[in-house]
Formats: sequence, structure tokens, C-alpha cells
Amino acid sequence: MGADYAHELHREQSETTEHPRAATRQQLRARIVLALGPLTMAAGAGWALVQPYRITLLHPFGQGFWWLFSEPPLYVVLFGLLFRLVVAPALVEDLEQRG
Amino acid sequence: MMPQAEFVHWWFATGFLGLGLLKAAEATVGPEIWALRPWRRYLWPSLTFLMGVLMWPVMTFYTNSTIHMVAHGSWAQVLMLAGAADLGLARGKLRSHRWHLCSALAMAVSGIAFLVHEQNAWLFSRAAFLHHVLGWTFIVGALFPLLQAFRPRSTTALAGFATSFVAVAILLYCDRDTAAIFGHLSQFAGVPHR
Repeated sequence: MGADYAHELHREQSETTEHPRAATRQQLRARIVLALGPLTMAAGAGWALVQPYRITLLHPFGQGFWWLFSEPPLYVVLFGLLFRLVVAPALVEDLEQRG
Repeated sequence: MMPQAEFVHWWFATGFLGLGLLKAAEATVGPEIWALRPWRRYLWPSLTFLMGVLMWPVMTFYTNSTIHMVAHGSWAQVLMLAGAADLGLARGKLRSHRWHLCSALAMAVSGIAFLVHEQNAWLFSRAAFLHHVLGWTFIVGALFPLLQAFRPRSTTALAGFATSFVAVAILLYCDRDTAAIFGHLSQFAGVPHR
């Protein structure tokens, strides 16, 4: 084992033991960021279950274009999904690298 | 052929939900980490600016009174102003955090416009109730970007800003063209529908 590598390993181990709170806080932040999207999706799904008639796609016959286009619970689910797939992964990656 | 007013409220509710999610994420990780990737810095201001642009057709096609036109027009202007100021900050052309005062101004003007253009009492209908609540939510919410202008790293400011947007989104999703509120519906409001 090279001296530089041993020194680096020792430094990393010291940081981990010296800053457990910082590491825990960073993990918590990452979990919150990863949870924001699914929580939003769950809110949208819950709304759809409570008011299924808001999803006009479930009973499309006789509905006009705007009623079929306007599906607010699905908007909430889609936005949560978009956030989880597009924003959250890169943000957590940056948080882990720089946090 | 025109979409009903409640649909437009839901579309803008989705926009505000997006603004709230983005601010909540920024509040969670902190402004420095949020700003690490350039494309991420542009998300919030671009969405705000886009919502301002989209407010113009709303002003044009949903003008059933002068005061509605003035309210929609003022929302369009202040949304674009807040978005443009933040775009300037994201690009680096603007440097002072005092530019966040544009967001505070946008929130305050939006709240006042809501309260002024709602001519009916709180329990006239659901729409009237929501307009009153939205107005006060925006006015209280204006305190957070005001705080951010002077303390840009404040987690309270960012979290409060995010919460305000999520609250606005929920209130806008609750909007219906004609519906009762807490069992109250004025006989002058019209026939309720689901």
C-alpha cells in the first residue's frame, strides 16, 4: 500500500468518524429530495382515489376535448414523476459529491 | 370551444406546484449545491417567466370585466418581471441578491390583485372564498422573498417560499366555476356543478 493511499484512507476514516452528524444530515437531505417526487405522486393518486370523477379518461364518452385534456390528479402525478426522473437524481449526485 | 375558467386555474396550479417542488428541493440542498448545474439554475425562473407569458392569453380571452383584465394583466407582468430578474441572476448578469425583491413585489401585487378583483364576500361561493385566501396567501408569502433579498442563504426564506407556492397550487386546484364553500352558496352565484 502506497504512503499516499494510506494517508488518504486514514484521512477519510477520520472524517467519517469526526463528522457523523454531517454525513447523517447529508443522507437525510438526499432522502428528502428523493422523496419529494414520490410524495407528490402519492398526493395525486390519493386525490384520484377520493375524486375518481376528476379523471374523465375513466368515462370518456360524451366528454368534450377540454374535459378530457384537464386531468388535474394526473397532472400532479406526472409532475411528481418528472421531478423524480429529471431533477432529483442529478441533485442527489451533486449533494453526495459536494455535501 | 373555450376551456372553462376552472381548467385554466388547474393548469396554473400545476405550474405553481412545479415552482414549489423546485424551491423545496433548493431549500433542502441549499443554494450552492442547487446552482452547481447551470440547467438547474434556469428551471425556476424559466417556468415563472413562461407562466407570465401564458397569463397574457388568459387576460385576453377571459376578460369578463375591466377589473379582471387589470388583475390578469398585472399577474402576467409581475410573473415575467420575477422570472426575468431570476434569469438575470442565474445567468450572472445580475449580481445583487436585492433582485429577489422582484419576487416579493410579484407576490405582493398578485395578492392585492386577487383581493381587489374579488368583488364578492368570502362565503359567496367557493371561487370567492379561494380568491380571498389566495390573496392573503400571496401577501404573507411575499415576506419570504423579501427575507431572501437580505439573507439569500436563509433556509426559512426558501422553505417558506416553497410552501407558499404549494399552498397556492392546492388552492387553485380547489377552484370550481360554481360550487359551494362550507355549505354556503349565494343564490346569485349560479347553478353548482361537480
